[in-house]
Parts: sequence; C-alpha cells; structure tokens
Amino acid sequence: MSKDDDTAREQGKYQPLSYFQLMEVTLRELLVEKGIVTEEEVQAEVEAMRRRTPERGARVVAKAWVDPQFKKRLLDNGSQACTELGIDVAALKLVVVENTPQTHNAIVCTLCSCYPRTLLGIPPDWYKSRNYRSRMVREPRAVLEEFGLKIDLQTTIRVHDSTADMRYMVLPMRPAGTDGWSEERLAALVNRDSMIGVAVPRGMRPAGNG
Amino acid sequence: MPQARFKPGEKVKVMQAYPLGHVRTPYYIRGCVGEIERLCGSFPNPEELAQMRDGLPPQPLYRVRFRQQEVWPDYRGSASDVLEVEIFQHWLEKA
Repeated sequence: MSKDDDTAREQGKYQPLSYFQLMEVTLRELLVEKGIVTEEEVQAEVEAMRRRTPERGARVVAKAWVDPQFKKRLLDNGSQACTELGIDVAALKLVVVENTPQTHNAIVCTLCSCYPRTLLGIPPDWYKSRNYRSRMVREPRAVLEEFGLKIDLQTTIRVHDSTADMRYMVLPMRPAGTDGWSEERLAALVNRDSMIGVAVPRGMRPAGNG
Repeated sequence: MPQARFKPGEKVKVMQAYPLGHVRTPYYIRGCVGEIERLCGSFPNPEELAQMRDGLPPQPLYRVRFRQQEVWPDYRGSASDVLEVEIFQHWLEKA
C-alpha cells in the first residue's frame, strides 16, 4: 500500500479494488451463479462471524475463575468444557493454557494466522502481521514489552505456536481484590488481549511485577 | 491408523528435511531437539490434504516443548523460557 493510496483513502476518494478484493468478488459471484451458495447464505455467514466477539472467551474465563471443577475440565478438554456453557466450538480443538505467578503464556501462529475465532471473534490485524508472527517466537519478551507488558525474568514465558489442528486460549490470572464478584462482573475485566497473552486483565499488574 | 510412538516427556528431534509443498512444520524448528508435551490426537496429514488427497490414515499430532535457548543460541530472556509447537509424528525421531 503506497502513501498515495493511504492519502486517497483518508480523503474518501474512489479506490479501485485490490487484487484480493477482486478475487473475493469473482469467486463469490461464480459460486452464486453455479448455485453452490446463495447471496443470503454468504451474508448470513459474514454476519455470524461478526457476532462472535471476545465476550464469549471472557465468559469462559470468568466461569473458570469461580468454578474450580469447571477450570479443571477446561484445562483437560477445552472444547468440551465450552459446550457446557452453550458455546459451540465444534470445529475447534481448543487447548486452554493457564497463567500462574510462575508462568506466562502467549499465543502466535507463525505459519498463517490460526486463531480461536469462535471464542475471540475476528483476529486483530497485528496478530496476522509478519512482525508479530516472526518475532513472538524469537524474542517474546521484547514483543510483550511493546504491548506494555513487562514480564519479570523470574517468570517463565511459554509461547505456543499454533501450527496445526489445535487452537489456543490463555486463561489469565484472576485479579486480586475480586473475591465474591459475580461471573458477569469478572467477565468485564477480561479483555481480548489477555486471552492471547499479550496483556493481563483490566485492573491487574503483570506477573512478577506485583 | 499409525500408532502414537512417543510418550509425554520423551526427547524427540525434528527432522531436518526440506520437502516441497505445503508443510506445517516451521523452518525455524527443523533439526531442534525437544520434549513431547502431549499427544493431541490424530489428524489428516496436511501435506496430503494440500494436494487434494484425503490425508488418510490420520497421523498422530504432538505438542513438542523446546527450550528457547536451544532454539535460538543468542536468545535473550530466562533460561526456563519455552516454545511449544504442534508437530506431526512423521516429522519426529527419537533423540
């Protein structure tokens, strides 16, 4: 993308379709023309995709914080535990990794951009960037610092490269001072980035820094 | 269906091979020695799926844990930092 393109977009000027946009339109029109899908089905799928947001993942995290039995099941078999909450993650082989005072987990997909979409929605652009994908496995501490998360050297960093069929979600640590909070109130603390492992929940200081 | 040949805790080495085509073993981890973290199950072979074949029989897939300092000799961080990667059995040999 050149600087001229950026400027033109900011000014709201007409932009021709990019290579991939054109591909998408062409493919979609062909599929509709051949009766393989309808425009309505494509639209419904796009809308369903947009409806999935990180609030789903946050519900799972909050439940694990208040229910130790559920947490155990979640760490044993992530997909099955989510089904208990009525969250359908059928196609997702979910592995949940737990942050503790000794270990901080973070997720990346170096080969493409595998992401637990059914729980966290559409991945952020930076997750798909070459910068994040190549550096997260190579210098995770430097990358986390750029996200504003400084992890103490006493804390082990476990980076998960999601290269094949599994998808990952981080179970962040429950912030101190939240005893007796309801699941809804707790879920509101769980931001998307804390479930990828590049942040901690709202109102919490990073591991080893407390 | 191929049997799972490795158990959690066992040391394995990732093959240092460079076949053409769609391969889900990252370059940076080939030739590295790690430890089986868990068996994930068996899944159709992605190298075959990419050629429009069925990828059957399914191949055992593992999560393998590597010490960062062994993957990157100049790694800056804690000696206990680790990297975990999903690798299919046919890419692994006993170390």
